[in-house]
Amino acid sequence: MLTGLISPFRRTSGMARWILVSGLFITGVFIAFALFAPWIAPYDFNQQTVDGVKFDKMAPPDGDHWFGTNDQFYDVLSRVIWGARTAVEVVALSVMFSVVIGVPLGLLSGFVGGWVDRVLVFLMDSLYAMPSLLLAIVFSFLLRGPLGGGIIAAALSLTAIYIPQYYRVVRNTTVSAREATYVEAARAIGAKNGTIMGRYLFGNVIQSVPVIGTLNAADAIGTLAALGFLGLGIQPNEASEWGYDLSRALDDAAAGIWWTTVFPGMAIVLLVTGLTLVGEGLNETVNPALRKRRLRPVQLPPHEPSTYLAEKDDTRFAVGDRETVEKRDER
Amino acid sequence: MSAGSGSLPRYILQRLLLIIPMMWVLITVVFILLRVAPGDPVSAAVGGKLDEEALDQRRAALGLDRPLYVQYLEYLGNVVRLNFGETISDNRPIINIIRDNGGATLTLTLGAFLFALLIGIPLGLYAGRRRDTASDVSIRIFGVITYAAPIFWTGLLLVILVAPTGWPTFDIASPITKFEVEPVTRIILVDAMIAGNWDAVIDILQHHVLPCFTLGLLLAGVFIRLVRVNILQTLKDDYVEAARARGIAERHVIRRHAFRNALVPVITVIGLQVALTMSGAILTEKTFNWPGLGTQLVDYLTARDYAAVQGIVTFIAIVVVITSVLVDVLNAVIDPRVRY
Repeated sequence: MLTGLISPFRRTSGMARWILVSGLFITGVFIAFALFAPWIAPYDFNQQTVDGVKFDKMAPPDGDHWFGTNDQFYDVLSRVIWGARTAVEVVALSVMFSVVIGVPLGLLSGFVGGWVDRVLVFLMDSLYAMPSLLLAIVFSFLLRGPLGGGIIAAALSLTAIYIPQYYRVVRNTTVSAREATYVEAARAIGAKNGTIMGRYLFGNVIQSVPVIGTLNAADAIGTLAALGFLGLGIQPNEASEWGYDLSRALDDAAAGIWWTTVFPGMAIVLLVTGLTLVGEGLNETVNPALRKRRLRPVQLPPHEPSTYLAEKDDTRFAVGDRETVEKRDER
Repeated sequence: MSAGSGSLPRYILQRLLLIIPMMWVLITVVFILLRVAPGDPVSAAVGGKLDEEALDQRRAALGLDRPLYVQYLEYLGNVVRLNFGETISDNRPIINIIRDNGGATLTLTLGAFLFALLIGIPLGLYAGRRRDTASDVSIRIFGVITYAAPIFWTGLLLVILVAPTGWPTFDIASPITKFEVEPVTRIILVDAMIAGNWDAVIDILQHHVLPCFTLGLLLAGVFIRLVRVNILQTLKDDYVEAARARGIAERHVIRRHAFRNALVPVITVIGLQVALTMSGAILTEKTFNWPGLGTQLVDYLTARDYAAVQGIVTFIAIVVVITSVLVDVLNAVIDPRVRY
């Protein structure tokens, strides 16, 4: 299991590895924030007092509040750290939901073909043509009623945007894999359609999912913040959310209060960059077209004097061998 | 040549005809989501203010008591005639919202594209020419960060930086300009020009700088990446090699032969970025208190006005689909390779 996880990492080299490592490091820090927020953050995300004394309103950064306080008397550093928990929870859920819905849909559509496929492709393409934020806005607007403004509602709104992407990739891979020899072989030994999809195709089409998943996660962080900024995301009493904090900072910015803007935004940029780096790094290791493998130095057979060849009967073989070596070298 | 140009009208026709089913699907999806799913829009928007009888009257007046398929067919027919319905909360025809606020969104996005091209293309070309140098790496990092940064954060940072200088940081014009300029086209910049009020024009342009630059930065990141990759590819092409072999100076090879071809895909990408631009515009408008469609949408979202949200969302989706297809067509006219 562990070797399976690190094997793509070991295949990387140079730039790709550097990208992957720095991405994993940044993402890891934020996941640590998310997991251990109660221990790392100095205060609660909705804490306004300590020992009965109220925090200052919009106080600049100092020893007690490293990132200052905001207009609701909250500690900005604590809200940034707690915000990581919200972001990680929402994004992990939304990636999970969209994989669980998008992948089987794409598999089915690509495998069955016919009108089911055509209708689904058309529907998904139309959804994909919509501005993604608009789609997320509509869904969070709708889900607000039945689900409230919590983590699940936010995750589902993001899911709606990303399903078409998994669907597309999986469907296209399935279409090209459907006619492959191994599928034909499976069919020949009498495998049912369900088995072919579940056992044979699934393993092959699933490979690109981690890359899309990480890149979507990066995008989802931004979209979640955008929803929060528009007042449609997580409700402020439920959890701390970076986008919401930035919408509160709108009035501060022109007044020269920079700390309520700079820190939550920096958290978003760092996490998005980290996830993008992981995605790009994975892409370069998983996608053979992009992979730069260090070529093994080609060992030419020692150049024998011609007398040696003349003595042997099998000259043709020796010459032929030499040619193949040279060709490989050129490549 | 002959085969390519012969198929052009057909290609254009095909693309244009595709608009119709795409729009139909979008309108239907928006209808299903916003009219069928939520239950009762009237009590959501004005519930609590009116008693049950009055609510029933409002429902009847809006036609919400009829079967859904009748409402659906009527909505389709109305949208075809550019009638997007009326808001529930303040009885405003949505086409008036589009007329009054669409202009601000239009000038915002056009200005943003201008900035994006002015920033993205030169930086992309420069980075591509000096591949793997320090300037290439820093330009690429700049591109990544402008893309990773939420647009409202970039906007807020610019406000923090610019506000002390007194440069306008919100709204489309100062109150005096708004009062002076008579609405004709309802695109305030054009109206000020028609009136020949150049002080107002300058004031409006000044207000445009920060929001357009902010939205432009987001798109510039996309252009930098694209142009850089293209110039790298083009510089490796045979015809560039041929030009070099003919003894043409390197500077000339790059300017006359490589750059031009590296820029063709930019048009395609503009088509693909229309959706991203609209998403960005909604956020930019909220950041700079810009009186555009995005701000209206957010206001009606807060008011829980389903009819208004449905109308505005439908309109934005239609604009995105039509613009994307038009850019596709334009692209086919310019670049014969696209048609195949």
